[in-house]
Amino acid sequence: MDRQQVEKTALLARLKLSESEVVKFTEQLTGLLDYVAILNEIDTDDVEPMAHAVEVSNVLRDDEPASSLARDDALSNAPKSDGVYFLVPPILTEG
Amino acid sequence: MSIVGSTTEELLGQLASGDVSCVELTSAYLDQIAARDPEVQAFLRYDRDDALQQAEQIDAKRKRGEQLGQLAGLPVAVKDNMCTKGQPTTCASRMLENFVPPYDAHVVTRLKEADAVLIGRTNLDEFAMGSSTENSAFQVTRNPHNAEFAPGGSSGGSAAAVGGGMTPLALGSDTGGSIRQPASFCGVVGMKPTYGRVSRYGLVAFASSLDQIGPLAGDVTGAARLLKVIAGHDARDSTCVDLPVPEYTQSLNEPLSGLTIGIAAEHFASGLDAEVESIVRRALDIYTSLGATVKEISLPHSRYAVATYYVVAPCEASSNLARYDGVHYGFRAETFENMIDMYATTRGEGFGDEVKRRIMVGTYALSAGYYDAYYLKALKVRRLIREDFDRAFADVDVIASPVSPTPAFKIGALVDDPLAMYLQDLYTLSANLAGIPGISVPAGTSSGGLPIGLQLLAPAFEEERLLRAARMFEKGGE
Repeated sequence: MDRQQVEKTALLARLKLSESEVVKFTEQLTGLLDYVAILNEIDTDDVEPMAHAVEVSNVLRDDEPASSLARDDALSNAPKSDGVYFLVPPILTEG
Repeated sequence: MSIVGSTTEELLGQLASGDVSCVELTSAYLDQIAARDPEVQAFLRYDRDDALQQAEQIDAKRKRGEQLGQLAGLPVAVKDNMCTKGQPTTCASRMLENFVPPYDAHVVTRLKEADAVLIGRTNLDEFAMGSSTENSAFQVTRNPHNAEFAPGGSSGGSAAAVGGGMTPLALGSDTGGSIRQPASFCGVVGMKPTYGRVSRYGLVAFASSLDQIGPLAGDVTGAARLLKVIAGHDARDSTCVDLPVPEYTQSLNEPLSGLTIGIAAEHFASGLDAEVESIVRRALDIYTSLGATVKEISLPHSRYAVATYYVVAPCEASSNLARYDGVHYGFRAETFENMIDMYATTRGEGFGDEVKRRIMVGTYALSAGYYDAYYLKALKVRRLIREDFDRAFADVDVIASPVSPTPAFKIGALVDDPLAMYLQDLYTLSANLAGIPGISVPAGTSSGGLPIGLQLLAPAFEEERLLRAARMFEKGGE
């Protein structure tokens, strides 16, 4: 994993990294991915991927209305709100 | 008879007979916290008045002759990644430093219904990512047996609290060994139930297909009692299985006749500390002396477990932690240029090193062009690891192994070497990948005076067998 890939991945992950983090992660993630490459020793052509440990069927419930979180509770942890909405920086800007 | 150091059953007996009130019992543990925790740092928060108030209510209930729940006044410490309504739940992260959940986790509701005293909130590696509890944004927890050493992780706070006599019981969560390894390091019993046995509702998600909540206790009976309280169906976690929960404590003292214990050569390969190996082998001798048969089995894919896990878990983590966007709850950076930069700066400032590392690995492994090579590949190997266990359990009842390749390591020893830290989980994380239950029971002490545990694994939903096998050993070694 090179520096460019680290920077691209950080962008995808919405993670601002410092210069020293970029350097450190480039080295550490390369080491980890090298290690993970041992998985290529195994022939898995005929193996079904296993996403879950207990492979049970979907659980369905009746579609009945129920109460949800009150607005005040939902907003109580918001970094910024006006009591009605979550407030975010402008998404559309001029130019 | 002293309170601190008594078993949970002894404590329940003293409470029931009226020899000790819940207030007296809770005070004794709070005093122990006040005496020991300035050094151990197991608790992120505890509130003496609040704990004593809960205890008073339980005493009043008992006085009125009301039927008490299964924990009937026993203190339980809770890892700080399980939501408690109206009280901070930080995951030991700056990101959630000021987060106050508007609801209780299912297990917290169950503890309250069982008349537990919620005595405090324990430290962890940030978002449960780590094997030493050094990744906490707030404090470094120390091993109660020797403060220079790590308590293990990520449930290091819970294990150190029980090991340091600061609570008889605690809850932890285990995604790759995070209950069992610290239990081993701190000399307590720690169990990861089968995936789906305990509801994850209100457990802050790390890797959703691997996370499971479980008990830590001073002995197997305490762990069995606490498991009974938290286990069982909950419709709010769709992966929580609707199966009856046995009365674990009732059958516990019956030895398993004709028990066959599997040992895998792969678990005794190079890298295993000689003292750990000899303690595990001595444990097997104890089983043999109790009439059990030890049989060699093979888990040929176990050498791929760490690599598999460190693809699967970070992939799930990177997806789960995408929710921390600085909008709905949690930290938001002060200064940024625009919306995208707000996300990136918030996450860059709010997350610690290890969390960032795992988000990076997961994002990379799931990104276009790498998904098949990493994520899908790991999921396929995950099935092979599970099939190894299926084959093994056709021949044996439980599998015995070390918990961790070494006794507790020194604080700071592995922090700069993520891969070495990940290899700590070599023996534990297969159980999470396969979804099976595992337990760590104290089995001996190193020459340096540090506890060493024995791990037992059982097939899915065979917690009763696992606990009985663990109790057999505990009793046999007495």
